[in-house]
Amino acid sequence: MAERPIPYEELIALYGPHLNYTPTGGWDEQREKPPDRLVKTHCCFCGQQCGIQLKVRDNQVVGFEPWEEFPFNQGMLCPKGVKRYLQNGHPDRLLDPLLRAPDGFRKATWDESLGFTARRLTEIQEKYGKDAVAMYGGASLTTEKAYLLGKFARVALGTRHIDYNGRLCMVSAGTAYKLAFGVDRSPNPWSDIPKAEVIFVIGANIAECAPITTSYIWRCRDQGGRLIVADPRMTPITRNADLYLPLRPGTDLALLMGILHVILRDGLENRAFIDAHTTGFEAVAKSAEAWDPLTVARETGVPPDAVEKAARWIGGAGRAIILHARGLEHQSKGVENCLAVINIALATGNIGREGAGCMMVTGQGNGQGGREHGQKCDQLPGQRSISDPAAREHVARVWGIAPEEIPQAGLSAVEIMEAIHRGEIKGLLSICFNPMVSLPDANYVREALEKLEFFGVVDFFLSETAQFADVVLAGSLQEEEEGVVCSAEGRVLHIQKAVDPPGNAWQDSRIYVELAKRLGKERFFPYREPREIFAELREASRGGVADYYGITYERIDAELGVFWPCPSADHPGTPRLFEGGRFFHPDGKARFQVTDWRPSGDPVDATFPIFLTTGRVVSQYLSGTQTRRIGALVDQFPRPRLEIHPRLAEPAGIATGDWVTITTRRDAITLEASVVRTIRPDTVFIAYHWPGGQSANRLTHRTLDPRSKIPEFKVSACRIEKAARAPEWVRTELPPGVPKPRKGLPIVASDQGGR
Amino acid sequence: MFGYEFYIDPERCIGCQACVNACAECDTHKGVPMITVDYLDRAHSIATVPAICMHCDDPTCAEVCPADAIKKGEDGVVQSALKPRCIACSNCVLACPFGIPKMMSKLELMMKCDMCYDRTSVGKRPMCATVCPSQALSYVTPERIERERREKPVNVFQFGRQTVTTKVYMMLPPEEIALTVDIVDFLWEKEAGG
Repeated sequence: MAERPIPYEELIALYGPHLNYTPTGGWDEQREKPPDRLVKTHCCFCGQQCGIQLKVRDNQVVGFEPWEEFPFNQGMLCPKGVKRYLQNGHPDRLLDPLLRAPDGFRKATWDESLGFTARRLTEIQEKYGKDAVAMYGGASLTTEKAYLLGKFARVALGTRHIDYNGRLCMVSAGTAYKLAFGVDRSPNPWSDIPKAEVIFVIGANIAECAPITTSYIWRCRDQGGRLIVADPRMTPITRNADLYLPLRPGTDLALLMGILHVILRDGLENRAFIDAHTTGFEAVAKSAEAWDPLTVARETGVPPDAVEKAARWIGGAGRAIILHARGLEHQSKGVENCLAVINIALATGNIGREGAGCMMVTGQGNGQGGREHGQKCDQLPGQRSISDPAAREHVARVWGIAPEEIPQAGLSAVEIMEAIHRGEIKGLLSICFNPMVSLPDANYVREALEKLEFFGVVDFFLSETAQFADVVLAGSLQEEEEGVVCSAEGRVLHIQKAVDPPGNAWQDSRIYVELAKRLGKERFFPYREPREIFAELREASRGGVADYYGITYERIDAELGVFWPCPSADHPGTPRLFEGGRFFHPDGKARFQVTDWRPSGDPVDATFPIFLTTGRVVSQYLSGTQTRRIGALVDQFPRPRLEIHPRLAEPAGIATGDWVTITTRRDAITLEASVVRTIRPDTVFIAYHWPGGQSANRLTHRTLDPRSKIPEFKVSACRIEKAARAPEWVRTELPPGVPKPRKGLPIVASDQGGR
Repeated sequence: MFGYEFYIDPERCIGCQACVNACAECDTHKGVPMITVDYLDRAHSIATVPAICMHCDDPTCAEVCPADAIKKGEDGVVQSALKPRCIACSNCVLACPFGIPKMMSKLELMMKCDMCYDRTSVGKRPMCATVCPSQALSYVTPERIERERREKPVNVFQFGRQTVTTKVYMMLPPEEIALTVDIVDFLWEKEAGG
């Protein structure tokens, strides 16, 4: 039973998050000793995968230099990219494997910790069956690691249950694009964005979550393009929106149906395209009839004439692009929302052409590549379905096993937690995932972790989740192991190894290879370096949808990335999908899909009358395991706060800086208010990057989209009241160095501007 | 860098502070940024604005300096105060019409943006304008600005009776902008009474 071995306060005092402000050796050494070399690689954070040069001195990353020749970002970076180097020499880095001990964690040898891990996994599987052990992976890992995890689960452990934190990311769009197009990838390269006449951004906080994409949108506007933004909050790109649609959380489908309704009512659809390249249009057209602008306005709160205008702009443009992200996806109808976007693109023929398309803005560093090659519970390498006999046969041959030895589809990330609660899953091996912060209903997650008979974690810092582990295997940062990733635009990129892992930490892939050896599966995992994993991955993906066979590290370096599918060495790669209206289904056609309305899984009512929606800030990445340890990024936004409109705040006597308790059907937390006129008056917002008493995910619920299994982070019901005093977490949970809140001072430096 | 000019377009700014963080990385000022990004009025708007030294033709900071510590180079770049001369009197801080110089009380020295002299002198662009994800800060050729932007570069500013001409350009919108201050203006319920 795995409660924390010692109290949370003692764990964070020992293992952080501590704040690192200065490069290893300090600023003076930085000035006096030039770097040994500059390593051209990519940022470890979001799905844009900006090119960056890391300064390396004495086997430490000590700074960065822009990489202006890399075409995607041309030297541009966000604050996370600028400061990412500070994690490399960070004092919190785990330098040895740790084993749970009565007084906390103790350092252990690799032999002891790997032996212990293998023994416990074997004992649990022998006692309860193969599927009593589950694995978690993550989409910030290189594609080699993601591939290795998928193979490890199915071959070394023989369990059905492997899923990953990308389940919180792109799966709704992935499911929708597969249904409609037969492939899960953004159809257009980012270079298409400036060429559109109209850009429609819905459910995507571009400026904070994909900052470099802002420059593409601004370039579109420079050339006369028009920008439509739909969001319950005015996010930073809204400042230049030509049309702003402030929809109510969870009503995106209604807005999208309304736009389609007007397009069809006014005859703005592209009949020739629909007839030649699609199926299923009539049923979708019929389903749009009910969504007239007035009905849409009642559901969404967006004025009918604004719906009309958006539809006329999109339908009337020669080239339109729709950009969408988690805002659409994090709903119990996330797949429907994405399908509704696709239906508009198909109806207007905005697909497969320069400057015309619908594009999902993938979130995580390897959000695209990490979901293509087998760490999803229902997938095999190459975006193959695990239930497809031909796919199983191909992959089994590459792996050297019989097809029937590959387990069938397992449970998704949240469902794994539920299976732990039910007692069906007893052991868990996790990497690159911090569910204590990132999964909904955080108390439920904690209870699940406490029920595990064995919990092993591979991580470079002791995350809030690793605090519950029986063994923590000290792994590697992105810059410590070579590999590939695939960016949001489908471009496969080469991650360079800049430095060795520090101390006794190991490269992640070595950990799994050595563990396989101890499980007696050595012959299936003969890899000495990532390059050998990639060689096998190319074979495994060959002939699949995400075909990497023609891609090599050398080609990526020479061509500054290769877009998949790339089936052969002489294939140029595929920056834009569906050119000429050819889609990936066997008949070559795209499929319109009917999208049914479904209410939120956590509806507002008289007791919980306010919408709660969650999201991100620009200076933090995901669960903050890395970015909550970097001083300047924490200073920029030290704590979550409650964004609230004065119409809601003033009657409750709430002013900026006041403590407010937010209560949902799960739990209550108390945060400082930020009273702003840039959010709907029926909605409050909290960024989710923090743990414990500051955790937005204590409030969210576990309702999943039935097809994508994504949780509904974007729509919860809550009530708010002014709190009499500061909450307990201010005293007990703030990491060392984070200033305590003081009434009268700005909540964040940027609230008063600058510092 | 010959032929390149600095352009600020606040309308493009998304407040991400990449510029602030990148500026702080310079080993000449060791973690302290020489640039600020401010919300204009967070309660009413998401608009932010970056501020760097405008590098005036006749720098007010240098004119008011009693110690003659602030020098302008032939390239038009106004340098930070010279350490041996600066007496930390803050005259420059008070006099600058753009509010740029900062007094570093620990060092007893005024410091400000020198347009990344260490970079531009070796053919690199200033750090802030290189990383800026929205290109609210741009260091490019005038031809490129003319070709790619609708806004107009302006480098003459009127402060009361003082006319200030600067090396750095501010991009102004081609037509008047209407500021939107309240999300309620966009809501349908207002009309419908919902």
